[in-house]
Amino acid sequence: MPFEPAVETVECDVLVVGGGMAGCGAAFEAANWARGRGLRVVLVEKAAIERSGAVAMGLSAINMYMGMQWGENTPEDFVRYVRQDLMGLSREDLVYDLARHVDSSVHMFEEWGLPIFKNEDGHYKREGRWQIMIHGESYKPIVAEAAKNALGEGNLYERVFVAHPLLDADDPTRIAGVVGFSVRDYKVIVFKAKAVISAGGGATGVYRPRAQGEGLGRIWYAPWNTGSAYAMQIRAGAKMTQMEHRLVVARFKDGYGPVGMWFLLFKSQLKNSLGQIAEEYRTHELEEWAPYGTAKPVPTPLRNHLMLNEIKEGLGPHYLRTDEALQRMFMEVQNDAKKIAEIESDAWEDFLDMTMSQAHIWASQNIDPAKTPSELILTEPYLMGSHASATGAWCSGPEDVAPDGYHWGYNRMTTVKGLFAAGDACGASAHKFSSGSYTEGRLAGKAAVQYVLDNNDVRIDQGAADDTIRALYKPFNTYGEHQHETSRSDLNAHYILPKMALHRIQKIMDEYAAGPGNYYMTNGPTLERGLELMQYFREDCEHLAARDLHDLLRCWEVWDRVDSAEACLRHMLFREETRWPGYYYRGDFPKLDEQNWKVFVNSRRDPKSGEWELEKVPFATKIT
Amino acid sequence: MPTFVHVEKCDGCRALAQPACMYICPNDLMSLDVSIGKGFNQEPDLCWECYSCVKTCPQGAIEMRGYADVMPMGSRVTPLRGTDSIMWAIQYRNGEIKRFKYPIRTTAWGSIDSTLGEPDPPEAGLRTQELIGEPKYLHIDALPTVNA
Repeated sequence: MPFEPAVETVECDVLVVGGGMAGCGAAFEAANWARGRGLRVVLVEKAAIERSGAVAMGLSAINMYMGMQWGENTPEDFVRYVRQDLMGLSREDLVYDLARHVDSSVHMFEEWGLPIFKNEDGHYKREGRWQIMIHGESYKPIVAEAAKNALGEGNLYERVFVAHPLLDADDPTRIAGVVGFSVRDYKVIVFKAKAVISAGGGATGVYRPRAQGEGLGRIWYAPWNTGSAYAMQIRAGAKMTQMEHRLVVARFKDGYGPVGMWFLLFKSQLKNSLGQIAEEYRTHELEEWAPYGTAKPVPTPLRNHLMLNEIKEGLGPHYLRTDEALQRMFMEVQNDAKKIAEIESDAWEDFLDMTMSQAHIWASQNIDPAKTPSELILTEPYLMGSHASATGAWCSGPEDVAPDGYHWGYNRMTTVKGLFAAGDACGASAHKFSSGSYTEGRLAGKAAVQYVLDNNDVRIDQGAADDTIRALYKPFNTYGEHQHETSRSDLNAHYILPKMALHRIQKIMDEYAAGPGNYYMTNGPTLERGLELMQYFREDCEHLAARDLHDLLRCWEVWDRVDSAEACLRHMLFREETRWPGYYYRGDFPKLDEQNWKVFVNSRRDPKSGEWELEKVPFATKIT
Repeated sequence: MPTFVHVEKCDGCRALAQPACMYICPNDLMSLDVSIGKGFNQEPDLCWECYSCVKTCPQGAIEMRGYADVMPMGSRVTPLRGTDSIMWAIQYRNGEIKRFKYPIRTTAWGSIDSTLGEPDPPEAGLRTQELIGEPKYLHIDALPTVNA
C-alpha cells in the first residue's frame, strides 16, 4: 500500500513563498495594504523566519543605500554603477525602482532597532559608495519580527516546503496556488491563493564546492538556497531571464568571509606571489573588454578574470594584505592603543556578524590579520539575482520607468498572471543585496494586493493538485518498496538517496557547465554533452528515495536544483559570446559581442510538454 | 565547522514543544535523538556554521568544531548573545584569546509597530508608486521618478 499523507487546505489572497529578506518585505507591505480590506496574507517558509534565508546568520553591512536625504547619490547614479558592473545588461527600470525606494526600508530597519554605524555628523558610516556599516548580528530577527507582527496570528506557516505551483483550472497562464509538505509532520498542504509572490533564495549546491567532505556546506552563499524559487517559476511556465549570468566572487579562502570592508574601507591590496597587483600591470587584459574593461570601477567578473589569468600562470597564492593595511592604519592613529583596539574590533566584527567560520579559520591557523596576510580564492558559481549577477524571472517593471514592452500591468509580476517575484527570484536587476531584496519584496507585495483586488476569481485544478500530492510522497514509497532488497539501505539498484544525487548534479555542472574544475571554461559541444547527462539525471530523479521527512526535503531540493541547472545550461548554450569573463567563458565564442548579444536571453519551459524555448529580448532603458 | 552537542549539557529542551536548536536551524540539520533525549546534527556536511543553534541553545550545549577536511584543530569561537549585545570569545590554536562585544539591537524585542503608526491606507494609494510610509520614510520630499 502506498504511504499517503494527511492533506490540509489553506485559503488566502496573497501567498508569500519564502521568508528571507524579500519574503519578509513582501509580507510586511502586502499585509499593510491588505489592512481594512478583508484580505488574508500568508507567508510559508521551509525553516523558521527568525533565522532563515541568506541573512540568517547576520550581516556586517547594508550594501545598497543611496543616502538621498544627504544628497549622497541619486537613483540614476546607482543605475550607471550597476550598468558598468553588469557589463551593460540590466533591466534598468527595475534597478532604478529599487534605488529610489531602498532608503525608506533602511530607515525603517533603524527605527525598528537595527544598530547602524554613524559618523560624527550623524550620517551613516560608509564602507564604500553604496555600502553602510551595521551591527547586523540580529538583522534578520528584527526584520522577521516586523513581518510576523504585520501578518498576525495564524498566517505564518513554518517548516513547510513548497514544491509545486498550481495553475488556474480555466486559465493555465494564471497561478492559483502551490502545494507544499510539512518537514515536521506527515502532512501535505494545498495553498489556494489569488496571488503568489515567489521570494525564495537563489541556487547554491548546483556546482561542486571546493570542499567535498565535512566542508561540503561551507560555501559562500547559503546552502539552503536550493533553487526552489526558480524551479517554481519554471514549472509554472514563467519566462526566465539571464539564467546564464551566474555569480563567482573572490573571497577569503575556505571560510568565504566578506572582502568589501577590507578593499573599500581599509584599502587593502590583493597581491600575487610576486607581490604584484593585477589591476596595475595587466591593464592590457582589461582593454580587450572595452568599453567596460576600460571604465571604472572594474566590473566584478573582470576582477575575477585577472585573478584567474594569474592562477593559470602559476602566480598564486593570492594574498589580501590585511597586515599592510592594518599597520598603515595603526600608524595613522599614532599607534594609540585605544584606537588600535577599535580598528581591530571592527575588523573582527566584519566576520563575526556574518561569516563566523572565517574568524574560526584565522584562530585555527594562528592568523593575526595585523601581522599575517590571508589567502583569497574564487568561489564555485551560484545562481542568484541579488548580488553581482542576475538570474531570475522576467518581470514587469514600474509603469513610470519601464520602457515599452517591459510593463504589463503590475510591478514585479512574472509572465504568469498573479505570480510575482522578488529578491533572488527576480532577474536582470542585480546589486539589490539585503535592503534591495527587502524593498523588492515590498514592491511585489503592494502590487499583489492591487492584483487581487482587480482579479478575484480563481480556481485550482483539483486533479493536478491530487497528482502533485501523490508525486510529493513518491520518494517514501520508492524507499519502502525496495529498502529490504539489499544488505545496505544506502546502496540499492532501484533508488538513489538525495546526498548522492546532489553530488551527481555538482559533478555534471562542474565538468560541463564551466565550473572551477575547468577554470570556468566551456563551449557549445561541452554544454550539449552536459545537457545529455542532465537528461539521464532528470530521469533518475524519478528514483529518488527518502527514509524520513528530512530526506524528503533534500529530494525536492535536488529536483529544484535540476530545473535551475538545466535553465542555466540552456542559457549558456544560447548566448554565443563571452560577456562576463571571470564568471564563465565560451571557448568557441571567446569575445564580447556588443553588436549581436547586448540583449537579454529569455527562456520558457512549456509546463505540459517540457520543451524549452529561448529568445533574444532587446535591451531598452529610459535612463541616460 | 559543523555544530556538535555536548551531551552532559543538553537536556533535549524537555520543557519546550521541540528543542530550540531544531526549531531554529535554517537547514533542518538539528534533530532530537529520542533514545537518549539529546539534540544532534543529522547532516554535518551541510552545516553553514551560521551559529543560529549555538546562539539560541538555553543550555549553552552546542559548539562548533572546524570542518575536519578544511581546518586545523584546537581553536574555538564562542558567542554569548544577550538581548542588546553579543560577546564573542576567540581562542586560537596556540592558546591566545581575544574577546569582542557588539551591539545587536537598540530597541526592546517585540516592540516593532509594523503599521508604522499609519491608518489603513486608502485604495487610491495602490495606484501610486509610493510604498507604505513613503515619502515620509525616504527622508526626502517626494519619491523620485525619471519624468520629474
